[in-house]
Amino acid sequence: MRNYIIKRILIAFVILFLVAFIIYTLMRSMPSSFVEAIARERANLPGSRSYTEWLQQLNQIYGLDSGIIKGFFGWLGKVVQGDFGDSWVYNVPVTEVFKETIWYSFVLGSVAFLFEIIIAIPLGILAARKQYSKTDYAVTVVALIGISLPVFFFATILKLVFSINLGWFDLYGTVGRYYEQLNGWQQFLDLAKHYVLPVFTIVMISIGGLMRYTRTNMLEVLNSDYIRTARAKGLTERRVINYHGFRNTLIPIVTIIGGSIPGLFAGALVTETLFGITGIGKTAFDAMRSGDIPFSMFYLLFLAALTLLGTLVADILYAVVDPRVRVN
Amino acid sequence: MKKDKKNIKMEEYENKNEPTMALDDEQRVKILSPGRLVLKRFIRNKLAITGSIFILGMFLFSFVGGWLMPYEEDQIFTEYVDMSKVFGGVSINNEYIFVTSDGKEFPMVARAQFVLAANKEQSIFDSQDIEYSLQKLADELYIVYKNNEVAVAQTVVKDIVVTVTDTTLDESFSSAFSTAISKGEQTFEYGGRTYITIQDKKSYKAYEQIPDAVATKNRYDYDSVDIKTSFEFAYAAELTMMAMMEEGITESSFSADGKEYTIVYEGDNAEIYTNENGQTILYSNVSRYIVDSIYEDVFLDIGFKNYVKDLIAQGVEGIQEFTYAGTNGEDRAYTIEVGSNDWIIRWIEDTFVILDFDAPSKAHPVGTDGNGMDILTRLMYGGRVSLILGFIVVIIETAIGIILGGIAGYFGKWVDNLIMRIVDTFNSIPSLPIIIILGFMMDQQRVEPLLRMVYLMFILAVLGWPGIARMVRGQILSLREQEFMIATEATGISVSKRIFKHLIPNVMPQLIVISTLSLGGVILTESVLSFLGLGVKFPFASWGNIINAVSDVHVMTNYLFVWIPAGFCILITVLGFNFIGDGLRDAFDPRMKR
Repeated sequence: MRNYIIKRILIAFVILFLVAFIIYTLMRSMPSSFVEAIARERANLPGSRSYTEWLQQLNQIYGLDSGIIKGFFGWLGKVVQGDFGDSWVYNVPVTEVFKETIWYSFVLGSVAFLFEIIIAIPLGILAARKQYSKTDYAVTVVALIGISLPVFFFATILKLVFSINLGWFDLYGTVGRYYEQLNGWQQFLDLAKHYVLPVFTIVMISIGGLMRYTRTNMLEVLNSDYIRTARAKGLTERRVINYHGFRNTLIPIVTIIGGSIPGLFAGALVTETLFGITGIGKTAFDAMRSGDIPFSMFYLLFLAALTLLGTLVADILYAVVDPRVRVN
Repeated sequence: MKKDKKNIKMEEYENKNEPTMALDDEQRVKILSPGRLVLKRFIRNKLAITGSIFILGMFLFSFVGGWLMPYEEDQIFTEYVDMSKVFGGVSINNEYIFVTSDGKEFPMVARAQFVLAANKEQSIFDSQDIEYSLQKLADELYIVYKNNEVAVAQTVVKDIVVTVTDTTLDESFSSAFSTAISKGEQTFEYGGRTYITIQDKKSYKAYEQIPDAVATKNRYDYDSVDIKTSFEFAYAAELTMMAMMEEGITESSFSADGKEYTIVYEGDNAEIYTNENGQTILYSNVSRYIVDSIYEDVFLDIGFKNYVKDLIAQGVEGIQEFTYAGTNGEDRAYTIEVGSNDWIIRWIEDTFVILDFDAPSKAHPVGTDGNGMDILTRLMYGGRVSLILGFIVVIIETAIGIILGGIAGYFGKWVDNLIMRIVDTFNSIPSLPIIIILGFMMDQQRVEPLLRMVYLMFILAVLGWPGIARMVRGQILSLREQEFMIATEATGISVSKRIFKHLIPNVMPQLIVISTLSLGGVILTESVLSFLGLGVKFPFASWGNIINAVSDVHVMTNYLFVWIPAGFCILITVLGFNFIGDGLRDAFDPRMKR
């Protein structure tokens, strides 16, 4: 087991290295005029550094003056030491920006994820138990509609109905206008209120996947021999479903949930941008829009690392949770 | 009766079973080909059928609809609209108007000095080393003289020594001047002209008064731009009006510039008539009102001004309508309303406007967007873009996926390891941020919209193939262990044929399912990008970039017809593909059914 985990981690690092190389190469392959144009644009801002200084910083961090391979290892050396450079837009080290914004995204992601689990798993099981019933159809259709809904469209409808027509929530932002004047509990409530619509959006968009996954696995379990045996034994339907069925369904579900946890830090780029939540997704989108190469590079690498971590966790959990799985 | 019925029933029963069957009859067990079986299962699935109808409908809508639609994708609709536009205004003149005598100038500085002096009720002021005096005829009516110094007198003990500075004057002027000083008179006459004396301590100065300007708050309107008010005319008219006011008569006459004028003065509005070729013509209108048009090329005749002034004199309440015949003799409708300190005149004008955010109508069933384009047409063309783009991307990514997945699965060992690590790598590359960055980069480079679309397809395909490759590889991994593969090996079929003729066709069902599902995914991604303004760009329509209009909250709130239909188009199309994909999966894999 330990060897398996070590092997997987090593492979993950190799892949991360490759991803970093691809991202770096991509950045380097951008037309140089793009980088220069951005440096020039930045230099024209009031109170900014000069054009040459911008370029100098860029060269310094990304080794733009040397070849791709040499430049890549130079950059990697700095990254390993935690030096991602200064964000061009926010004018502080990239890691500072990250620290400030990541918790907004994490809270958004994890609250939504919690709701997803609470709603999707029972519904998925219900649909599987009553296969081909109206409930099953309804769950399937809702799940597929969730998968098919464009985020921006759903978010806009929510905004129209709840923010504009009903006036319950603010259109944008993480906190209300009088946030500073509230006491601790009220501040929490204010914050929570601003999270309602974004959480709702994310839950609706991503609930379908988990719901269908649960249903498929539950069906597979319910069709298996040991369930038939349990039934033949004369166990009550409740015990069959909750004890024999559900426990076995949990194996793939725990795996997929575990694998999703690193993704909670990734931030919902579109949702955050639409609702003005200053999480990492929106921050990264703004950074990308204004050509903030250091921050964009950091964000890309961060996401790649999260994806790898997610698969790693899922694979390890799969082996840990299900004793029948042989490691190799 | 009862018996009969029973007999008939029996007969029927026998008739039904007439074609007797034997066990070896091939009709007894209906065997369907695998393809037909899949089709049958697919058709039985309500959701799959709904999805197929959605997609068929979307295809008809986009391709046939776009072809039937009489409008172009980027056709801008415009129209002439009768709009009530500000035409002009009426205000009360509170500034002095200076009518100067011919060839004289009354500079701006002097005007300002005059106003100060008039307010302080001084009779003399100077400006730029020229001394002026003003004569008040009535309230807000002055004659301004330029004082020309002609002589200076000094009193020495009891004698008066006069120094004449104007050379045209002789000795007798000095004596007239000294007489005036000794008498203490402020003005004196000499040679038919009036001079004034001004004392400054022990010296006196004599000034010749030259009338320079009439300062009045009345405005003189004429029927032509060319007529300028002459000093003599204004002077005579003002004096006459003053006299008329004092005497309380409404009609009088005066002469100026060698012409005779008749004046009718009522209220605070005077009309001056002249006699030309035996006809009495309205020559000028004098009042405190300024009636002006905001259009530089429109000249308002006295008639119009009089009409408006009359309206105001009668009192305007709310918005009052009136018509007046213009120079071309056609009646035009105007409205007049009271403004803050003035009156506003509007007229109805044909205005050329872009039909933006036009509500749904017969000509535009879904209305028009912010650029004045027909939304229905754009939805159709947007559907073409989304569907074509989706299919091309999926075809490319399936091709890459089949080739790499097939090779990895068939060869296994280090080839598999290498390809799978590449798959893992591409899988970990965050696709949305990468596409966004590339989109911004293309923005900066101002890539052509069409070329941009090609790039977009390519990027989406390159980032989308790993899932397909992984699936193909997994399937082939298990398939290659089966007996038919050993048979192909034994018969010596070439490797490429073994992979692409024997293995891949066996993966076809899963491939079709995954392709259908990823079609929906690609369309969704494209719409997100277009919504963010980074995907399909104007002038090309896309459902995403139609919804982009909601970034303006005003549009989002007030023009639902702009973005709701596009959203439902995306939803229905993606849902359709997902239903079909789901239905196909069940149809191909009967063990799991749905």
